[in-house]
Amino acid sequence: MVSADLDGRSQIRRRAGVRLWLSAGWLVFLVLIALFAPWIAPKDPLEQDLFAGQMPPFWVQGAVPGYYLGTDSLGRDVLSRMIYGARIALIVAVVSGVLTCMIGATLGLLAGFYRGWVDVLVSRFIDIWMAFPPVLFSILLIAVIGPGLGSIILAIVVIDWTRFARVVRAEAMTQGAMDYVASARVAGRGRMGTMLREILPNVLPIIVVLLTLEMGIAVIVEAILSFVNLSISTDDPTWGGMISEGRVSIHQAWWVLVFPLVVLFLTVLSFSQLGEGLKTRYDPVLR
Amino acid sequence: MSFLRIENLTVRLKGGPPLLRAVSLQVAAGEVRGLVGESGAGKSMIGKAVLGILPRAVEVTSGRIVLDGVDLLALPPAERRVRVGASCALIPQDPLTALNPSHRIGRQITDRLVDILGWNRGQAEARALDLLAEVQIADPAGVLRQYPHELSGGMRQRILIASAFAAEPKLIVADEPTTALDVTVQKQILKLIAGLQARHGTALLFVTHDLGVVSKVCQSLSVLCAGKVVEDTDVRRFFAGPTHPYSAALLAATPRYTDPTAGLNPVPEAVLAAVRAEVEHG
Repeated sequence: MVSADLDGRSQIRRRAGVRLWLSAGWLVFLVLIALFAPWIAPKDPLEQDLFAGQMPPFWVQGAVPGYYLGTDSLGRDVLSRMIYGARIALIVAVVSGVLTCMIGATLGLLAGFYRGWVDVLVSRFIDIWMAFPPVLFSILLIAVIGPGLGSIILAIVVIDWTRFARVVRAEAMTQGAMDYVASARVAGRGRMGTMLREILPNVLPIIVVLLTLEMGIAVIVEAILSFVNLSISTDDPTWGGMISEGRVSIHQAWWVLVFPLVVLFLTVLSFSQLGEGLKTRYDPVLR
Repeated sequence: MSFLRIENLTVRLKGGPPLLRAVSLQVAAGEVRGLVGESGAGKSMIGKAVLGILPRAVEVTSGRIVLDGVDLLALPPAERRVRVGASCALIPQDPLTALNPSHRIGRQITDRLVDILGWNRGQAEARALDLLAEVQIADPAGVLRQYPHELSGGMRQRILIASAFAAEPKLIVADEPTTALDVTVQKQILKLIAGLQARHGTALLFVTHDLGVVSKVCQSLSVLCAGKVVEDTDVRRFFAGPTHPYSAALLAATPRYTDPTAGLNPVPEAVLAAVRAEVEHG
């Protein structure tokens, strides 16, 4: 009789890790803030008070009570604008991340597993697509269809699906060459069944990592587009928009720039760390 | 009446040279046939052609593969898959890549029975437990809950063997099932395969380059060289005296551990040249 406990392989225990907890914690916090923004935000994010412009945060001399993180040049509350900005950032991150993932991963999986003409078609399409300069492409796209939440999401999806497609295709190819796929085929599984039941679960860890990275990238792209004034209307609170406004008054009111920047940074970092953390925690094979 | 009959099977690289040249062989129900030859002789290709898992770059150009009276090559792909799935199984070469890393062992054995052969879940699980006990795994219930990466290579090969026998196939293609294992484990695994084969009465197409293995488990064998069967005989007659010069040279090349002073006897160049010429011209 052979026992499984002869070697220590089954004894490996993986800890969830600090980075998984920290990143997930920050993102959950952000989601809650975004959901309950109207109850949490101390002020109306759009309300201007021209007599209270560029007020500093609460610990600095001259702060006005009620404006915890100060006000911008138009006297709008920085904290409230950041809280409402989380809504837009998260909507963009989740919606464009998921759409990009669905389109890119599906095409990549089909190309990598079916090979043949499907692969030729998808791969050449990706090659052509990637020959366009991405930033120019998105600016052009938004200039044509006009700014707005939908346009930002569309621009991100249109540019970034190739990243998913290429990585997932390569991984599906590697997995497709494994003996377990041959065994499944011999056992009588059809092509589609083999792809979904055998290949997909093994490509999933990579898809999750890419998805979280993509969400981070989406937040950045939204900020960049706000910065060049191609995002949502300038009244609406977005982190990118705040950063771009704060840049003008950096010497008089650093807080308008710094707070949204820090939040943006933490959010993007959390997305990428969440992906890595999930992978080390749940990928059955540590690669 | 043989269960598997391959007639004049020719397989070639698409637009390239032939990999199998008019191969014919038969495997009777319950028979163990060895397929021997050097690397690249086309041993594995035969098994893959039967099971319908040839690489994309390779195509069958002529011949028949008759399984249980039906020519597989004449069937539409879906029907062929069902037929092969119901009566054949594969014991693959590399146990490390032959189990899906994402699924628990239990699921990998039972899923095929449930999804493809329509067993009910409980039945399939009971069957998996029996089989793991039969391949001498100490804690079958525990192993069913484990993932492949938690098990050693030898354990995984046992599981693959159990899995191959799960649906009571009539024919199993064993593609060098012991090559990736170390020598002590090899012997146990061979014994296991031979034992299960005898108990279940399964026909076995045993691909190997090790004549020692052939002498232990096979009843008949086909010697392949450059994609052609040069000798088709039973094991006793082969070891008593092979008729073809290539198989004689192959047998002579087997290292003998009883005489430490003896060197290695590679197949002589002259024999190789002669057999190549023979294969290519006829």
